[in-house]
Amino acid sequence: MTVMQHIWIVIGVLFVLLNIAAGLIWVERRLLALWQDRLGPNRAGPLGLFIVLADTLKLFFKEDWIPPFADKKIFILAPAIVVGSVLLSFVIIPFAPNIVVADLNIGLLFFLAMSSLGVYSIVLGGWASNNKYALLGALRGASQMIAYEVFMGLSLMGVVMLTGSFNMGAIVEAQKDMWFIVTQPVGFFVFFIAGIAETHRLPFDIPEAESELIAGYHAEYSGMKFGMFFIGEYLGITLISAMMVALFFGGWLGPSFLPPLAWFALKTFFFIGVFILLRASLPRPRYDQLIEYGWKILLPVVLANLMITGAIALWMKGG
Amino acid sequence: MRQSTLPGGGVKIMLSNLRTMWLVFLHLFHKKETIQYPEEKIKLHPRWRGRIVLTKDPDGGERCVGCYLCAVACPVDCIALQATEDENGRRYPEFFRINFSRCIFCGYCEEACPTYAIQLIPDFEMAEYNRQNLVFEKEDLLINSQGKYPGYNFYKVAGMDAGVKEKGEGDNEEPVVDIKSLLP
Ligand code: SF4
Ligand code: SF4
Repeated sequence: MTVMQHIWIVIGVLFVLLNIAAGLIWVERRLLALWQDRLGPNRAGPLGLFIVLADTLKLFFKEDWIPPFADKKIFILAPAIVVGSVLLSFVIIPFAPNIVVADLNIGLLFFLAMSSLGVYSIVLGGWASNNKYALLGALRGASQMIAYEVFMGLSLMGVVMLTGSFNMGAIVEAQKDMWFIVTQPVGFFVFFIAGIAETHRLPFDIPEAESELIAGYHAEYSGMKFGMFFIGEYLGITLISAMMVALFFGGWLGPSFLPPLAWFALKTFFFIGVFILLRASLPRPRYDQLIEYGWKILLPVVLANLMITGAIALWMKGG
Repeated sequence: MRQSTLPGGGVKIMLSNLRTMWLVFLHLFHKKETIQYPEEKIKLHPRWRGRIVLTKDPDGGERCVGCYLCAVACPVDCIALQATEDENGRRYPEFFRINFSRCIFCGYCEEACPTYAIQLIPDFEMAEYNRQNLVFEKEDLLINSQGKYPGYNFYKVAGMDAGVKEKGEGDNEEPVVDIKSLLP
C-alpha cells in the first residue's frame, strides 16, 4: 500500500464514521419513535433527514458554558478523550480486505486498550464538573467499566484461541468456513452485554441515568462539548457493532453478489439497530444489580467458556 | 429479602428480556398514534376549553352585564373590565380585556358568568410571536353568535327594564304589582 492510498483510507474512514455518528441521531430518533408507535422527526427535508443538520447547528450555536466551579482544563479535555479513544479504536477494524487503517498484529489488544481509555473521559468529566451528580455518575462509570472490561477481554479470548492471532484481518479470514457465532455463542453473548455496558447505552446507562442522576457525568456540559459526548456515544455504538461483525459474524465475508464493504456495512447497521431496539425496550437495572450480574454471572460464564474452548482447541490439535 | 440474580433466575430474566425486545420490535408494524398536525387536525369535543369569546343574545345585544364575577373567579387574574351603562340603564362592559398569555383555560369564568356571556370554545390555535398580541380586547373577544346557549336573553328574564322589555313583561314574570291600590 502506498502512502497516498493510506492517507485516503484514513480520510475516508474518518469521513464515513463522523457522518454515520451524525446520521445516527436521525436513525435513532426515527427508530425509537417507530417502536413507540410514533413517527419521529419527519418534517425537515426528505424523511426528516435534515434533523441531523438542525441538531448539529443547534449544538454549535448553544452557549458553551463552563461552570465557574469546574476544573477548566480537564473539563475541556474530557469530551475530547471519548471521541479520540473511540476513533483510535476504529484504526484496527478491517472494513474490507485491504481497507484497514492499521493492520496491527495486536489489533484486538489495541481495541481493548483504547476502549478502556474511554473511561477516562467519564471519570475526568465527572470529576472536573465539581458537581455531586456528575461525580456519582463518574464513580458508577468507573466501576461499571472496570467490571465489564474484564469480561469483554475474556470473552474475546475464545475467538483468539480459535484463530491463533490477535490480528483482526486474520480473525475475519478464519471465519471463511464458519462464523464464530456458531463456535463461540457464549463469547458473543458476553461480548454483546459487555459492549452495551462499555458504550454505557441504555439499559446500562448507569453513569448517565437521567432519571436518577439528571445526566450523570455530563450534567454540566453544554454546546459542542456535550455534542462530543453525544458523538462519542454514537461512535461507540458503531464501534461495538463493527467489532461484533468482525469478530463473530464474518466481517466482510458474504455471498459475492454484494461487495465486501457492503456486507460489512449491512451487518454493522443491523447491530446498530439492535442497540437502538435495546434502548426502546429494556428498563435500566439498578446499579448493584448491574455489578452483581457482571461479577457473579458473566465472569464465571466467560471463564467456563474460555476453559472449554481451550480444551476443545487442544484436543483438535492433538487429534 | 431482595430478589437475587442467581444463574437460574438470570436465565429467566434474559429470556424475558428477549421476549420484551421482540414484542417492542413488533411495534414497528403497529398503527402509529401520531397526528400530523397542521395537515391533519385533531378532533376537539364541543365542550373543549379553548379560546374565550363573548357572546351576544338572540337580539344581537351584548350579553355581558359587567358584573365582574368572571374577573373575580379567574384564578390567575387575567380578566380586566370596566362596567358602564347605556341611556336605558343596561349595563355593559366599557372595555373587556383577557390576557391569554396568563389564562390557564380553566373555564371558571364561564362557570361564574350569570348571563352565559363568556364562553370557552374549541380552538387552541392562537400562537403569536409577540406576547402583547395575546392580550385580547373586547372587539377581539365579542362574536356575533349566541355560542353554546342559543335563545337565552338575560334581560328577557331579569326583573329590570333596560330597554329590552317593560317591567313585568318578561318570560315567566308576574305583572307589576300596583302599590297604590288595595285590590289583590
Ligand atoms: S379560563 Fe380560567 S384563567 Fe382563563 S380567563 Fe377564564 S377563569 Fe381566567
Ligand atoms: S362576562 Fe359574565 S361574569 Fe364576566 S362581567 Fe360579563 S356578565 Fe359578568
